Amino acid sequence: MTSHNPESRPAAPHIAPALQLTEVRKVYTMGDGSEVTALHNASLTVGADEIVALVGPSGSGKTTLCSIAGGILSASGGQVVVGGDDITSYSERQLTRFRQQRVGFVFQSVNLVPFLTARENLLVVDEMGRRTGAAARQRADQLLLELGLADRAKNLPGQLSGGQRQRVAIGRALMNEPALVLFDEPTSALDTQLGEQVMELIRTEMKSRGTAAIVVTHDERITSFCDRSVHITDGVLEA
Amino acid sequence: MRLALRELRRRPGRFVTATVILTLIAMLLMFLGSLLDGLISSSTGALRSQQGDLIVYSSTSQSSFARSRIEPDQRALITALPEVQEVGGIGLAQLGARIPGNDPRDLAGVALFGVELPPRQVPQLPGPGEAYADRLLQAAGAEIGMEILLGPARSPITILGFVDDTNFSGQAGLWTTLETWREVLSANRPDAQVANDVVQALLLRGEPGTDLTQLAIALDLSTGGTTRTLTIPEAINAIPGVTEQQATFTQIIGVTVVIAVVVIALFFALLTVERTSLYGVLAALGARARTLFAGVIIQAVVVTTIACLISAILLLIADLAIPPGSIPLEVTASRLILSTILLLIAAIAGCAFSLRRILRIDPASAIGSAS
Repeated sequence: MTSHNPESRPAAPHIAPALQLTEVRKVYTMGDGSEVTALHNASLTVGADEIVALVGPSGSGKTTLCSIAGGILSASGGQVVVGGDDITSYSERQLTRFRQQRVGFVFQSVNLVPFLTARENLLVVDEMGRRTGAAARQRADQLLLELGLADRAKNLPGQLSGGQRQRVAIGRALMNEPALVLFDEPTSALDTQLGEQVMELIRTEMKSRGTAAIVVTHDERITSFCDRSVHITDGVLEA
Repeated sequence: MRLALRELRRRPGRFVTATVILTLIAMLLMFLGSLLDGLISSSTGALRSQQGDLIVYSSTSQSSFARSRIEPDQRALITALPEVQEVGGIGLAQLGARIPGNDPRDLAGVALFGVELPPRQVPQLPGPGEAYADRLLQAAGAEIGMEILLGPARSPITILGFVDDTNFSGQAGLWTTLETWREVLSANRPDAQVANDVVQALLLRGEPGTDLTQLAIALDLSTGGTTRTLTIPEAINAIPGVTEQQATFTQIIGVTVVIAVVVIALFFALLTVERTSLYGVLAALGARARTLFAGVIIQAVVVTTIACLISAILLLIADLAIPPGSIPLEVTASRLILSTILLLIAAIAGCAFSLRRILRIDPASAIGSAS
């Protein structure tokens, strides 16, 4: 396990686990000064190309765990290692850089930028960080091709179907060649059939790239598309 | 930054309201500025066109031509100073002019200057009963060779030619000799007539390299304090109404800029609130607050620049459409650029009100509330 600054990013050591949470806690301080513990000493290891379903009811702490793993929230205690990078004590700025380079997100409501084409939505990731220009454009075109969206590259999100938008969101999450992709309720807005198709797509894309993923869900049916399931209740992880 | 520009290009409708309001504000700002320039220009052209360094008034005149008298002995003392290169007398009579072809009661205001040293635009001193007129008088109907009648005595003056930017206190400059001026003054203002060797003020040219402030002091000392000498810029500011006009218009322009700041602040604050979820997603993807804020500033700058361009074009068209002499509007590139710079500063200042909200954007909001 190594710890280094994300600003001088070396080649990702993909042999290391994609995610290693050790005794991670998250405590929120409320307006009246009281404290609420959202995550109790959570420990979880996700292999380099493993797909883990994180299942739990609303308010169970699954989004908090996902946010900590993605460098959006800092843990109150414990250790967080993503793709070999120990991000536990990263500053706000380091976490921003880490998110640019090391993780991918697919949000619950897809959240594509509405005035950008499918291709430009993928390139947003490059624009937010250090621009690689031609390399990023090449990667975006390659991802769109692999996701079956080559002919939709110039379409705005409003001109795409729900499934196509989901695929663009997956492409965006894969743009920075992440060690870990976090899916937040990817099927919640879809009907059963489309939800299964999207999960099949996620599985295919992750496995073909050897990229690890955590799929946050409260729907037990989609766990069959994942390598294993981890349940979380009231901030406590149960294997 | 590219994201902000793409939004402007792909969703222009979102920025139409702000652009329209800013265009109106920019037009107001440019119009007020051009009106101020026109007013000042029409008040001060006569003094700005003088080919001299200092103007000498009598000490009790409060820097007014009408109240000032320079006697021959004062002039002799001044001329004797070694730093003085050349001295010329000036006399002014502000009268109404009857122009042939116009209604007899439709008088054009003229400022008849009798001079010994002709101003920059006047090629040479005219003969008796002749004058060069400012083009403002041409707009009022005068023509070359035409004889106009000045004041209640209807003193005839023949126009030899037209010159630009020589007006005084909003009246058309009329440039003649001291002799003709004295005749017109005694015929129309018997109470103000002056002896043949008396003038109202002196225009003075110093030797090259002379410190004009020091020369002015030395000059007033040499006359025993009976004169008050001003540099040309000081004399311009001493023209009644000039500083008051500048102060009033500057205040109105200042208020307009403040209104622009408020409009831009409100518009982009609303836009930022609308974009909170989008900003949350971008922050989760690794966008820094400064990148998001730079996007807001870019949009404000582009919208303001477009508004200023439209305003400038409309004002130029209006300037062409307005008949000469009807409104003292002077549209200059420097005024349009200054107004644009002021509004761009206002735009950036307005955006600063959105900064706090952008700094508080929480990337966690992109993946739902903590659960």
